[in-house]
Amino acid sequence: MPLALKTYPTLAEAGSALSDAGARYIGGGTLVVRAANEGDVSLSTFVRSTDPELSVIKVEGGRATIGASVAMSAVARHPDLSAIAKAARAVGGPAIRNMATVGGNLFAAAPYGDFAVALLALDATVHTTAGDLGIEEFLAGRDGRVVAGVSFAVPPAENFRFVKVSRVKPKGVAVLSIAAVIEADAGKVRSARIALGCMADRPIRARSAEKALAGATLREEDVAPAVAAIGEGVHPITDAIASAWYRAEVLPVHFRRLLLE
Amino acid sequence: MAKVPVQFTLNGEEKAEFVDAGATLIKVLRDKLGDTSPKGGCNQGTCGSCSVIIDGELRLSCLTLAETCNGADILTTGGLARDGVLHPLQRAFMDEFAAQCGFCTPGMIMAAKALLDSNPKPTREDVIDALSGNICRCTGYEPIIRAVLTAARSNSQNAA
Repeated sequence: MPLALKTYPTLAEAGSALSDAGARYIGGGTLVVRAANEGDVSLSTFVRSTDPELSVIKVEGGRATIGASVAMSAVARHPDLSAIAKAARAVGGPAIRNMATVGGNLFAAAPYGDFAVALLALDATVHTTAGDLGIEEFLAGRDGRVVAGVSFAVPPAENFRFVKVSRVKPKGVAVLSIAAVIEADAGKVRSARIALGCMADRPIRARSAEKALAGATLREEDVAPAVAAIGEGVHPITDAIASAWYRAEVLPVHFRRLLLE
Repeated sequence: MAKVPVQFTLNGEEKAEFVDAGATLIKVLRDKLGDTSPKGGCNQGTCGSCSVIIDGELRLSCLTLAETCNGADILTTGGLARDGVLHPLQRAFMDEFAAQCGFCTPGMIMAAKALLDSNPKPTREDVIDALSGNICRCTGYEPIIRAVLTAARSNSQNAA
């Protein structure tokens, strides 16, 4: 299958080119070049934009805006994003982190897309050529939109929790990942946003567990209702890493550890 | 098949070629430019054997389109030895018996070089993290980790 790369100065032009049959947007290449290498014949044209705005990280007034072309390694080493650095470091090995982009991660199907799980817990806004969307809405229908970047309020480091569970250490594909932004007053949870990876075909919120956590302290006896509720509404994937059954079984274990860490 | 021009520096030498549109960098390095040091293992970004350094950053040549490398400075393990003298990492890999079949070695050495270029005195944990995207099915990794730490020590002795 002959391939072609088309490069445009603006994202809008790249967006128009995506309506051609066989066209796919290329960020770092870790998803789409991989697809081409695997023989995905539906793909004939890589489309990209070299707009420098897409590679910018801005942190102002406690809010971060990250361009779609920013690589995971740039997020991981940014001094104002240290609170969420561990989610960016969870992606791949060093070479993948130098290539894989924030925009691309939003399109990564489970078991990939660990950073998107963090963005869901951060309740990020996704900026697209067709306007801004909440990340949950974006993830529900992620085809057909061109992402310019994401923005979110940077949480205090102690409020952000993240774990990626892999069978291979230190780097491996996710059995599951959990991200949580937990705000507490005097030791009691005021609000919690919990996002799960590998528990559906896209990152999902664990709303029952979030509700169960409200007003609780993060102590063994107090987190039990949230731990019991964490599996509500999940439909884990089955793949070479783990079965859906296994993922569902170990989810409460890792969630409990994350709350008590 | 449509051909497109690419131009970049490979191990210090200017290269210019017409390549197939959409060709990966590893294909151009190996088939067009004769640098067979990057190995095509998985072609999925999983094994790391195709690792090269592009503009100072470790990258996977199997997932990089050659056309996106115009004007770039590319380093491969094939260009490390100078005038028949091995690079300290190559020497250390030999001394520590860090290669058995050798297929992963060029990728391991590039990943190690990217580490030592930014962190000349790495800890064991730094080395393990830096090699975490590279798979070796022969050695069990210990000799490789030792080799990188040995190379780091010999570098700092030479610098001292």
